[in-house]
Formats: sequence, structure tokens, C-alpha cells
Amino acid sequence: MVQAQAIFRRRKELRKALGSTVYVVFLAAVLVSVLGLVVLLVDIITGGLPWLSTKLILNYPSRHPEQAGLWPTLIGTLWLMGLTAAFSVPVGVGAAVYLEEYAPKNRLTALIEINISNLAGVPSVVYGLLGAALFVQWLALDRSVLAGALTMSLLILPIVILASRESIRAVPRTYREAAFALGATDWQVVKGVVLPAALPGILTGVILGMSRAIGEAAPMLVISGLLFVTFIPTSPMDKFTVLPLQIFNWVSRPQEDFQGLAAAGIVLLLVVLLSMNAVAVFIRNRYQVRSDE
Amino acid sequence: MNSTNGNHVLETEDLNVWYGDFHALRDVHLRVGRRKVTALIGPSGCGKSTLLRCFNRMNDLVPTARVEGRIQFNDEDLNADYIDPTDIRARIGMVFQKPNPFPKSIYDNVAFGLRINGYTGSVDEAVERSLQRAALWDEVKDRLNKSAHTLSGGQQQRLCIARALAVEPEVILMDEPASALDPIATLAIEELIRELARDVTIVIVTHNMQQAARVSDETAFLMVDENRTGYMVEHGETNQMFTEPKDERTEAYITGRFS
Repeated sequence: MVQAQAIFRRRKELRKALGSTVYVVFLAAVLVSVLGLVVLLVDIITGGLPWLSTKLILNYPSRHPEQAGLWPTLIGTLWLMGLTAAFSVPVGVGAAVYLEEYAPKNRLTALIEINISNLAGVPSVVYGLLGAALFVQWLALDRSVLAGALTMSLLILPIVILASRESIRAVPRTYREAAFALGATDWQVVKGVVLPAALPGILTGVILGMSRAIGEAAPMLVISGLLFVTFIPTSPMDKFTVLPLQIFNWVSRPQEDFQGLAAAGIVLLLVVLLSMNAVAVFIRNRYQVRSDE
Repeated sequence: MNSTNGNHVLETEDLNVWYGDFHALRDVHLRVGRRKVTALIGPSGCGKSTLLRCFNRMNDLVPTARVEGRIQFNDEDLNADYIDPTDIRARIGMVFQKPNPFPKSIYDNVAFGLRINGYTGSVDEAVERSLQRAALWDEVKDRLNKSAHTLSGGQQQRLCIARALAVEPEVILMDEPASALDPIATLAIEELIRELARDVTIVIVTHNMQQAARVSDETAFLMVDENRTGYMVEHGETNQMFTEPKDERTEAYITGRFS
């Protein structure tokens, strides 16, 4: 004991001081980000609150601020989100399953994997240009909500694929072995064991992707243009506009009133986003409870 | 039994296994007696688990694995081209070292094998029967819809045994099934193994000499050579192996002179 004390310089005071300094630094980091968000929210809500009304939700866009509403824009956004989810979830999860469960581990697979990771970092306007060339012109889908949704799907696919792969990879090998040892085929293992266990992580990826998609203005600007939409899209081939574009439109107008409308639009966008996420979180939690309880 | 090799369910001949360039197991000749418990013992890395995984074609899942030689399962050549490994795995079940129930309910764990193999009878009855055979029914009958992960380690392992039993296999392979369990849970598993051996054949890998002596009818002793290749030294009645082994290496291992 005496010897031990002689050969250690424990410097307990210094270590403890370091510990509390680091604590303060990290707490500050959290506060900065939270504070930024709070300031942003307060600014938007105070600006937008006077303009939040059923008129804003149910009216069509107008040159007169007191008449202007978001109804076609809101419906356009829902169309876009619905179609985007319908394309990107099956394709994204399918690609992730293929890469994790079926693809041979070779150079080509590695190359594909690197490419997908890189695609997640490509600026969104590039996807807009790609969509304009590929879907709007080449496939002659015109400036339809279908073309928009396909473009948006390309944009969020890397996010969905990466998150799904992470979560599929996190399913313990022992589950797969147990299923194979009962005589399961590849697909039975994937369907019966891997996908259910990976579902919470996959849904997190879908939430992230959809949240990204709902706020994107740049690619939709290229696809749909700054439309003054006075009708409600009723089919995938209809023209459309989305919330970020309408907000962008309003912000760029000189009149003071439109700034307030834009803020109210942002609040509405946040509400749509949060309710979308709430649904996904609800599904995810239901699944987690079932497997942990 | 309409088998030509009558008392043996499994029989290997010149069995060799490679993982890539690594020769993992060489020239194994082993006969597994019908409705007997056969223990595979030997030091770490001697290929016990590799040998076990040859019997249900689990090595097929390792891309670099290569199995040569003959494995006879009743009248069939287990590695013949026309054999579908998924059929084999439904007839030769497996229980793993760490309890690995699916993150599903207790009921769904047992029902999984029934469903994927297209069971045509009553799933409810088969689940109950399997849990009873695994001596778990009384402990779980009131909470079949709870997650399997709420069970204790020993219960989870018995659930895994019930899951394997549900598809009515002829053989169950056990890879150190009690090594992650406490002594009491271990004892329960050992009793269960003896009980099950009335109507299924069991091959069990174990590191625990006493366990091999307690549960098995026959014991095979494997060793590992200087190239880290495993081979079988001796195989015989467990009593004889533990009291008067023919090979001095077996005696040295069993008496704990090396491990």
C-alpha cells in the first residue's frame, strides 16, 4: 500500500478539474444548439401566429395577403410525400436487403456501397436537374407530381438505404443461424427474422429521409417551377407545388404581410413534418415494446 | 427404422473440412448411434463445432468452407448434389452455445419452424407439445405472448430446444448448450438431454468433462495438431473413455493434464 502510493502520481485534483471542465464544455455545446433552435422557433411563431387561421389552410393562393392560403400547396405536399414514400421505402429497403444479405462481398459491391454513401452528400439541386432531364423530359412525365416524387425518391434513397443497412447489419448473426438451422430459406430468414428485428432502425431512416424531402425547395423548383397553382392535384400526372416553394415565393415578395404569411407557412410545414414523424415513431415504438416486453 | 446401417444415424468417412486454405478438420471417421447421446470433447480449436456443423450443412453458409468425404445420414449421402440443405436442417436440428431466441413472443419462437416448414396440423398443439418436451410448458403457459427475452438464460435455452423440437427432428446438434448458464440451469439442461435421448439422437459439443461423463452414452475425443488441424483421437463408450481410455492422449486430457 505504501509502495503503491509512492509509485503513482495520481493527481486527483487535476483529473477531477478536467472532468468538470469537459462537462461544462459539452453542456455549452448542447445549449448553443438548443438555443439556436429556440430562437428560430420563437421568431417564426411570433411572426406567423397572427396569420395562422383556417383561411391560411383552406384558401387558394392569392395576390392579396389577407385572402392567401395554402390548400393546393398542402395537398401537393401530401401527394409528393405519399408517392415518395411509396417509391423510396420498397426500393431503399430492397437495396439494403440485397447489399447486406445477398450481395457477394467483392470489389463491385464495395464500389456500389461507396457510391451510395457519396450520393447522400450530393447537393439536392443536382437531383433536381437530374429529375428534370430524366423524368420530366426523357420519360415525358412533364412537371407532374409523379416526376417530383421520383426525383425526391432518388434524393432520399441513399439515406433510406444507409440507415436500413446499418440496422440490418445490427441484427445478430445468431438469429440468422437459428432460423437457417430450422430449415428456413434465405427469403424466410430475411422476412421472418431479419426485417422484423431491423424494422425500428429502418423506420428511423425513413423518418430522416422523409423529413429531408418535405423541406427541400431546390429540386422541386427545378421540377415544378415557381407555379401559381390554383387547383388541387387529383392524380399523379397533375402539376403541383409544395410548401417550401410557396414559402419561398412569399418570402421573396416585397410586402410586409407576405413575410408573416411565410412564417405561418413554416409553422404549418413543421406541423406536417412533426405529425409525419409522430406516426413513424408510434409504429416504431409499438414494435420495440413488442420485442422487449 | 428401415436404415441399412441400422444403429447409426450419422456416419462420417474420411471427413475433411477447409476454411479457405486452412485445414480445419482431417480424416474423421465417426459413427453416431441412434437415440444415443454422443459427446464431442477436446481442446479449443480442435474442430468439434466444425464437425457438428457438417451434420446440418451449416458450413454451407460460410462462403470459404469446403467439406470433403462422406457423411451418411440414414441411407442418404448428406452432401449429395440432390440434397437440399434446408431439408436436412429441418430433420437435424441445432441448439447453439448462447441462447438465441428470436426477438418474438415465446409462442412465435416455437411456431417459427412449424410455419416455415408448412406444418399442416394445429400449431397451438404443436407449440404446447414442444414446450412440454422441453420441460418449459409449466413455466411459460400463462405468458406465451410475452417476448422470449423476458425469460432467464436457462429458460431461453430450453425455449431454443423446444423451437428445435417443434419441427420433429431425428437428430439435435448441441454446441456447448450450457456453457453460458449457471450450474442449476445447466443441470436442468442435462436432465432434459437425458430425457430427450429416449426418442431423438443428440450430438453435443462440450468443454466440460463432467458434463460429457454425465449426459453422454458415447464420447469422441478430438485433438489439434501442430498445423492447428483438428482430428479425432478416439471414440467409444463414455464409461470406457473415462475409466480406461485406449489412447494416452485421451487419458491426459480427461485427467486434466492439458487442455
